[in-house]
Amino acid sequence: MRETGGRWSRTDVRLSREEIRRYGRHLILPEVGLEGQMKLKAASVLLVGAGGLGSPLALYLAAAGIGRIGIVDFDVVDESNLQRQVLHSTTDVGRPKLDSARDRIHSINPNVEVELFNTHLNSANALGILGGFDLVADGTDNFPTRYLVNDACVLLKKPNVYGSIFRFEGQVSVFSAPGGPCYRCLYADPPPPGLVPSCAEGGVLGVLPGIIGTIQAAETVKLILGIGEPLIGRLLLFDALTMKTRELKLRRNPDCAICGDHASITELIDYELFCGIAPAAGPEDDENAISAAALKAKLDRGESVFLLDVREPREYEIANLGGHLIPLNDLPRRVHELDSSQDTVVYCHSGMRSGQAVQFLKQLGFRKVKNLLGGIEAWAESIDPAMPRY
Amino acid sequence: MAIRILIPTPLRAYTEKKESVLLEGNTVGELLRGLTATYAPLKKHLFDDTGSLRNFVNVYVNDEDIRYLQKEQTQVSEKDTVSIVPSIAGGRS
Repeated sequence: MRETGGRWSRTDVRLSREEIRRYGRHLILPEVGLEGQMKLKAASVLLVGAGGLGSPLALYLAAAGIGRIGIVDFDVVDESNLQRQVLHSTTDVGRPKLDSARDRIHSINPNVEVELFNTHLNSANALGILGGFDLVADGTDNFPTRYLVNDACVLLKKPNVYGSIFRFEGQVSVFSAPGGPCYRCLYADPPPPGLVPSCAEGGVLGVLPGIIGTIQAAETVKLILGIGEPLIGRLLLFDALTMKTRELKLRRNPDCAICGDHASITELIDYELFCGIAPAAGPEDDENAISAAALKAKLDRGESVFLLDVREPREYEIANLGGHLIPLNDLPRRVHELDSSQDTVVYCHSGMRSGQAVQFLKQLGFRKVKNLLGGIEAWAESIDPAMPRY
Repeated sequence: MAIRILIPTPLRAYTEKKESVLLEGNTVGELLRGLTATYAPLKKHLFDDTGSLRNFVNVYVNDEDIRYLQKEQTQVSEKDTVSIVPSIAGGRS
């Protein structure tokens, strides 16, 4: 990026006396200096997601003096976010994440212009939103948005500072930089839904997004300043348990569908479809599923329903519906504990794992088994508000 | 001649929580098939129904992607480390 390091230099940027005092520790660094600080002020960065990765990104990019920070998010701060999303505070629970993000950024650095996009990034709005920024930092939590952000960045020729986390492990790289690879060069296709657990299901060490998001912030600043060796063509792997990092070589794939020599994708596609996620059917349309309200009604009528809990024992300890506990991974070898003639409702935290369990049991010939839609979360939300949530 | 295969967090559920597994083999393909023979539930996460390595799972010998070496025929020796690196999505939630 050294050759493009000057793209954010603007002659109309000036630093006030307050800013010169504020950024003094940058200004005395030869690699930053007054010129570098003005590049940071002239630069604009879009954060996709104001969650675990977006939090340290927003905090450090604001503190560093990035001139304009855009944030795309549509979520509301939930108590379960606070373990890692340090952009938001306990008093923000229930507020839109964008509002608490803007307030926090301005309390750190009132010089930063904040632009908020209260929307779900999609194929119709992505090019318009991303197009207004110099760089994109990807802190999303799902595959459709990852591929959408990647493809939009490739089409717009914007560097995409990528970070991803799972439990104790993270990945960081810089995609879509001139001559470098993109996310599709690394992974041409997403995994089918359900095969890879999400953080909501698999859990995540709260500190991990802090580390990975901070590395993304460092890469973003380096790209803007045009200094050092950014993670272009390199995938950094971080494991918090062993405290080891590894680095893998990434190459631009000449056969890549979007950035290859004969790219087949020339505009944004339907990413939900690409990731195999069918449009959600109405809850009652699905013969394999039952809503929390319908289950409650069944139980209230005194109907005999066998409840199967496919979560992990430590989740069961937090809250349960009194179901028989067989973690999803143990189900194949413990299936003999179930009676296929019995009306069975399977539940997990949010309905993903139990959905897989229902599919598995159906394949074995179970006819009377249904998935509790939205899992124990939905039960806690609509039936039993006193139930602990996690 | 045993070669170390590093197992990523999402797949450790299928390898008795092991972070790495030592296996004998001359090529990456032999090692991966040995791995899925030892840990059968891992198979559907690494290979599709036709037996090809899945597109969202990359395999590296040291820091080099086997797609740019000799793919599953890539030769390995004792000093090499094989890494399985699947795509992970987390961040925002």
